[in-house]
Amino acid sequence: MDGKILLANIDIPGIRGFDVYRTHGGYAAVEKALRHLSVQEVIAEVNRSGLRGRGGAGFPTGLKWSFLDRKTDKPRYLVCNADESEPGTFKDRYLMHHLPHLLIEGLIISSYALGVNTCYIYIRGEFKYMVGILENAIREARQHGFLGERILGTDFSLEIYVHPGAGAYICGEETALLESLEGKRGNPRIKPPFPAFKGLYGCPTVVNNVETLATVGPIISMGGEAYSKIGRGKSTGTKLISACGNINKPGVYEIEMGLPVEDFIYSPGYCGGISGNKYLKAVIPGGSSVPILPADLILNTARGEKRLMTYESLADGDFETGTMLGSGGFIVYDEDACIVRNTWNLTRFYHHESCGQCSPCREGTGWMEKILYRIEHGQGKMSDIDLLVRVAKNIEGHTICPLGDAAAWPVASAIRHFRKEFEDHVLHPAEVLSKERSLLKVF
Amino acid sequence: MPKVTIDNITIDVEEGTTILNAARKIGGRIVPPAMCYYSKLKGSGGKCRTCLVKVAQSSAKDPRPMPKLVASCSTPVQDGMVVQNLTSPEVAEARKGIVEFLLLNHPLDCPVCDQAGECDLQDLSFGYGMEETATEDDRREFPVIDIGDKIKLHMNRCILCYRCVYVADQLTDKRLHGILYRGDVSEISTFIGNAVTNDFSGNMIDVCPVGALTDKTARFKSRVWFLKPMDAHRACGKCPGKVAIWMFGNEIYRVTGRKDQFGEVEEFICNECRFEKKEPGDWVIEGPRHIKRQSVISANHYEEMKKQSIIDPIAGEMNKQE
Ligand SMILES: Cc1cc2nc3c(=O)[nH]c(=O)nc-3n(C[C@H](O)[C@H](O)[C@H](O)COP(=O)(O)O)c2cc1C
Ligand code: SF4
Ligand code: SF4
Ligand code: FES
Repeated sequence: MDGKILLANIDIPGIRGFDVYRTHGGYAAVEKALRHLSVQEVIAEVNRSGLRGRGGAGFPTGLKWSFLDRKTDKPRYLVCNADESEPGTFKDRYLMHHLPHLLIEGLIISSYALGVNTCYIYIRGEFKYMVGILENAIREARQHGFLGERILGTDFSLEIYVHPGAGAYICGEETALLESLEGKRGNPRIKPPFPAFKGLYGCPTVVNNVETLATVGPIISMGGEAYSKIGRGKSTGTKLISACGNINKPGVYEIEMGLPVEDFIYSPGYCGGISGNKYLKAVIPGGSSVPILPADLILNTARGEKRLMTYESLADGDFETGTMLGSGGFIVYDEDACIVRNTWNLTRFYHHESCGQCSPCREGTGWMEKILYRIEHGQGKMSDIDLLVRVAKNIEGHTICPLGDAAAWPVASAIRHFRKEFEDHVLHPAEVLSKERSLLKVF
Repeated sequence: MPKVTIDNITIDVEEGTTILNAARKIGGRIVPPAMCYYSKLKGSGGKCRTCLVKVAQSSAKDPRPMPKLVASCSTPVQDGMVVQNLTSPEVAEARKGIVEFLLLNHPLDCPVCDQAGECDLQDLSFGYGMEETATEDDRREFPVIDIGDKIKLHMNRCILCYRCVYVADQLTDKRLHGILYRGDVSEISTFIGNAVTNDFSGNMIDVCPVGALTDKTARFKSRVWFLKPMDAHRACGKCPGKVAIWMFGNEIYRVTGRKDQFGEVEEFICNECRFEKKEPGDWVIEGPRHIKRQSVISANHYEEMKKQSIIDPIAGEMNKQE
């Protein structure tokens, strides 16, 4: 597809190495920023671009940067969140694996804009093989004068360090990440204070997602204005979508925001339709934490408009009939997928990953898993369904960090839209259990 | 000084005061229950979520409500903030849910638990919980272990409030005590094979809101409501030496810190005072201690007992009552 911004050069052989990357225009954005743009101008470009955080929440990146406390004389830090552990989300891995220099470039420009001299890439422990790839890219960038002291002869200096986590989903939550980076137990912090004031080692810190930061280079190259013209409304630019499940062509796709969901699922350039010529049953469009929607609601909003791949359109109808773009982990279920079984599987994940710090999440995630286990195994009661709804409601909004919500939403939405399937499990367990009921192994 | 209104009562407090502490300054029924916050332990709070309240107006400048309920122990007040605790049905509902979560894996072995009668979780369930349990599942189980030679850990009863961890961090010089694992299998433990031997480790027992940490020198000796609490002091080189001694006849069954109306000790005491001074002659006895806190089982024993905090979420009602 034309119009690719991040993945435009991904098929060029050797693009992972510095030389090839450089001959295809790599590091021109760094040169432009450091040589020709002031800090304020870089920030203005990012603001103008309308870039929003790609880690899940979609918070405007320029606005987040503007919160950074620049008044203290403490050092400031930029932390790149490469913990990517959300079931269904595997776009950052793809990007770092094939285009490590695109990320390094983004880190250099962002650090310059934020007045940061030390930057950390906190990478998911299971991505151990990637540590070498990133460190190699860092070494190459340094050899060519793009890292270290006085980059390109300016008075801007930067060091980037790669720090692998130890394998906990919760360490993707930005404050748990900072604790872990400091060498402590990865418990989310109680906010306020926010990282922009007290982040890493008590110093002002910005935490951004890999894809967010990798987009900063192209924004500087093309200009924020031009970037903002791509996409639709407040969902500017392109987004990486990792598509998986019962589709013909799973993989990572860069889409222009505003693409109709239907086109994404069925066109040969993307998912290529549902595998085995089956019917689409449901989609979780933004990583396992966002609400699931049945086929009719994912293709069209409740108001009858075409559902688009934008923050706004996917959220249309709020949680009653909408969902979220989240991190772009697009999980597709066909007609044979058992919603109960898949929801139970997701609760297993959240139960296992809860840090256990606050009571609603610590106790509630395990409870939901137990109840869903019962229902899935034909031992449930009708009252269990309402109990699940109540437990999810008692977790939602009552926890320290959003993992509690992330655990509650899949359960609440599955029952909201597929209640009959839960009731069938309770009323006719033998019949239900004898049917083919597929489970997607999303983690 | 910021002005904050909690359940229709307005008060001026210092800049940076949390909602919970502002409520404590007002006092009475409107004080949210706190199972993890402990004013004397830095960094505590935010975890149990029993102190959740509704912020109906964020500040004078920004009259919007906060989108979610907030933990009153870790949310600072702002000038013109309007807070609802007992006056919010939403808070009542949420708190009921939190109590249910805290009890989900709690063994409810009160009949054999030393904490019964002075247990914050009992009080909380009585004040805010439901009458019946919705769970039919097994509760998680851990072996009972010793944390040093004077402290017993019943991990089954622990609500993971982290207070004892902060005691270990802040009162003892080298931390040997923390949390292992994560989620609902996390547990309190000492550094492998080590005992907590520091002179102030016994304070873990006092800060523990439930019967997870108990005093081995007093275990199973008597139900607390058969004991007579007396204020006493002695000249101690390590701590202020001001304690409560719990007597049965002329015998001292146990020694604790003096707890205030919010269940917090006034001053931390050392292990020598707590574990080794069990003769009446060791102490200058000042007189009977008034237990201000109102406990479920204290109905039979302590002076003042009122079923606290029955939720009556009718706005405006609080003014009449207080
Ligand atoms: C449980 C949990 C896990 C998260 N995992 C990730 C992650 O793996 N990668 C990520 O970029 N953000 C993750 N986030 C979101 C981060 O907290 C944070 O919002 C994000 O890194 C901000 O970057 P952005 O503004 O560029 O999106 C997670 C949040 C939660 C609550
Ligand atoms: S919501 Fe869950 S993961 Fe987040 S702090 Fe609470 S217990 Fe930990
Ligand atoms: S043992 Fe007691 S003080 Fe320690 S975390 Fe558990 S409940 Fe809290
Ligand atoms: S006392 Fe506030 S969360 Fe526990």
